[in-house]
Amino acid sequence: MNEVKTPILEMQGITKRFPGVLANDHVDLELYPGEVLALLGENGAGKSTLMNVLVGLYRPDEGEIYVRGKRAEIHSPKDAAALGIGMVHQNFMLVKTMTVAENIILGMSDLPFVPSMETVGKRITEISKRYNLQVDPNAYIWQLSVGEQQRVEILKLVYRGAEILILDEPTAVLTPQESHELAGVLKVMTDEGKSAIFITHKMEEVMEFSDWVRVLQHGKLVAVRRTQDTSPQELARLMVGREVLFRLDKAACTPTETILELQDVHADDDKGLPALRGLSLTIHGGEIVGIAGVAGNGQRQLSEVVTGLRRVTGGQVFIRRKDMTNQNPLSVIKAGVSHIPADRIGMGAVGNMAVSENLVMKGYREAPIVINGVLRPNRILEFAHKMIEMFRIATPTPQTRIKFLSGGNIQKAILAREIDACDGLLVAVYPSRGLDVGATESVRRMLLAQREEGMGVLLISEDLEELLTIADRIAVMFEGQIMGVVASDDADVETLGLMMAGVKREDLAVEIEDAVSTSTASS
Amino acid sequence: MIISLLTSVLSITLRAGTSLVYATVGEIYTERSGILNLGLEGMMLMGAVTAFATAYYSGSVGLGLVVALAVGAMLAAIHAFLTVTMRANQVVSGLSITLFGSGLASFLGQRLGPVSNNYYLVGMVGPKFTPIRIPWLSKIPVLGALFSQDILTYLVYLLVPLAWFYLYKTREGLNLRAVGENPQTADAMGINVTRTRYLYTVFGGMLAGLGGAHLSLAYTPGWTENLTGGRGWIVIALVIFAMWNPARAILGAILFGGINAVQFRIQAAGTTIPAEFLNMLPYLLTILVLIVMTWWEALSKRIGAPAALGNAYMREDK
Repeated sequence: MNEVKTPILEMQGITKRFPGVLANDHVDLELYPGEVLALLGENGAGKSTLMNVLVGLYRPDEGEIYVRGKRAEIHSPKDAAALGIGMVHQNFMLVKTMTVAENIILGMSDLPFVPSMETVGKRITEISKRYNLQVDPNAYIWQLSVGEQQRVEILKLVYRGAEILILDEPTAVLTPQESHELAGVLKVMTDEGKSAIFITHKMEEVMEFSDWVRVLQHGKLVAVRRTQDTSPQELARLMVGREVLFRLDKAACTPTETILELQDVHADDDKGLPALRGLSLTIHGGEIVGIAGVAGNGQRQLSEVVTGLRRVTGGQVFIRRKDMTNQNPLSVIKAGVSHIPADRIGMGAVGNMAVSENLVMKGYREAPIVINGVLRPNRILEFAHKMIEMFRIATPTPQTRIKFLSGGNIQKAILAREIDACDGLLVAVYPSRGLDVGATESVRRMLLAQREEGMGVLLISEDLEELLTIADRIAVMFEGQIMGVVASDDADVETLGLMMAGVKREDLAVEIEDAVSTSTASS
Repeated sequence: MIISLLTSVLSITLRAGTSLVYATVGEIYTERSGILNLGLEGMMLMGAVTAFATAYYSGSVGLGLVVALAVGAMLAAIHAFLTVTMRANQVVSGLSITLFGSGLASFLGQRLGPVSNNYYLVGMVGPKFTPIRIPWLSKIPVLGALFSQDILTYLVYLLVPLAWFYLYKTREGLNLRAVGENPQTADAMGINVTRTRYLYTVFGGMLAGLGGAHLSLAYTPGWTENLTGGRGWIVIALVIFAMWNPARAILGAILFGGINAVQFRIQAAGTTIPAEFLNMLPYLLTILVLIVMTWWEALSKRIGAPAALGNAYMREDK
């Protein structure tokens, strides 16, 4: 292993500017054959941008790329593919209405004019056996689970002869067990001499998957380490630029009266297929109940049912013991329910309206904001100033259009509005998604503060670490049902992972005994 | 008697449906690439007037077709430039082209005619496509109508299966469908989204021009104001009716062509139903079809418009 290897890929001084943002600032990168390089950094550190440059989706403003020692001009994904570079994007590049086989051969130029789908299917089966990536070539993408879709993405790259695989946060959509399987697949590939770049913001994954790690911060390369010579603690410090507290101070939970009660709730998704299938859940005042689960198992529908945005087809919803089944959103709001939606700009705020206007979007119905049906601009401004100060929203002026703020500050403004109006239950859906560590920390503090105030909090999150840190109880959702509820002090990643994959809690009892203690998240 | 009636209804159905099939197949291809072309009406009118004028002066219907194809392509290229390159709103661009095309066609109809007719094209008689009877086959009762059509209708018999095969069985068809469904993915897979959208928008425009030419050179030879009678709009509905599948385009065209044919017969038979009411029927049916299709689509969900229809694409959009 001590022989000097030549890198299969080198990127030198890559710089990419977006209007107002320096996304990559003279970043260097080296990748060796048969190895996995982890690219670590917070959201917005420029990892995805750098990789999009590598596959030709973005044009770099400066910098050079060498593949197998030769200067490469990559102007399009086609050029990248010709050099054996392929990428599994964070949001999958798949056409949902087409079959697996059709997606795999899409855009290939060395294909006969009338391709034989039979031959293609055979080759896919062959490759999927070799790498243990089981998938039916004739299935439509929309029929597949997210994990299976990811397999299709990887198959697609291998089918096209990719030697350098780029994986953009591949584990975000997987259960912990599926992640381990992915690690196995990568092992087979690197043993064959292929190499991979693995984008992530999770330290544990760097340790599990990679040989080398490069850390990006605000678009700059800040550290290069051999994985075996570093530790999660050091990586966290390098990534954030300061020591990170893994635990927030949290007072003991003192649950009070029942705030929300769901009884055997059924609801359909947008396609009319059942999304919630007999779900029951209770939330008390003064507690945070976390909902864990792989995205797309009914979490969104759950939040919509509670906030009155989706009709239930069966069962009942009680808020403070009052039957609120299928009431309209306004009645739900008046019952004291606040909602922090997953889609910040689409549903949480009106991008083209001022920060102040967004802040009064709930209070505008009542005095003193409105008097005799006329809005009072001075009072709106006054209220906005108060909120901006209280929640430390960084905005040039209250009149600034909210879409010009950073994601973290938009989220703070939504939180300010919802928390101010909250009187009983706060429904927070992926509240810290896409936020940097600082903003995440303040969002979590605000949720905890609501709990201290005696509110019930329904926290839907895909980040197990977040749930383990601030939730009091964690309910795991799978295919529209609750697999089990655990106190977060007793929960570990392994157990939650199995439940996320559809194992009911009572069936787990025996297995927990000899479960490997891999729960680094709670360390 | 009944046989001759059926034969004539089928014959008129095919003749009336021909221009609809051309434009529908073209529009299906355009929409499959993610571009909505509401400029069809204008393109068909321009195709009709230029084809007739060319044939009138040159005496060659073939040359008329070539000019109609070129004119349709040019108007569609404007639409492609506005919507693909400039990323303008596709509805606005399409409507402008229809307004522009109808206005210009009407203007040309009053300027391109001979001096003797005060420069008007209206009322002039020019060369036209005549039905070619295929020996033996055209003698079959009723179905013989299929084999006593003009050349453009015969070409439809070829165009539809070819268009279906190309879209669903070939590499290029696969790429085209991907561009309309998910341009980001298509781009990442090395398909040139811009080129694809230009190509099939222009192709759609050419077929619309051809459809217009069939009206002025075969179906109702000559030029009159508003010759298309809103066929460009019916085509938009037919695309939905066909659920973006070229094979089904023929069904829609037959249905609408059939209404035309029956309406002819009813009028010829002398009836108390006012002509205006009969003329209205195809459009009423368009509305009904749209309602039923939308309802049906809501039930089946999966079969719908290309997902990216109407959306401009830019690579570095975040």
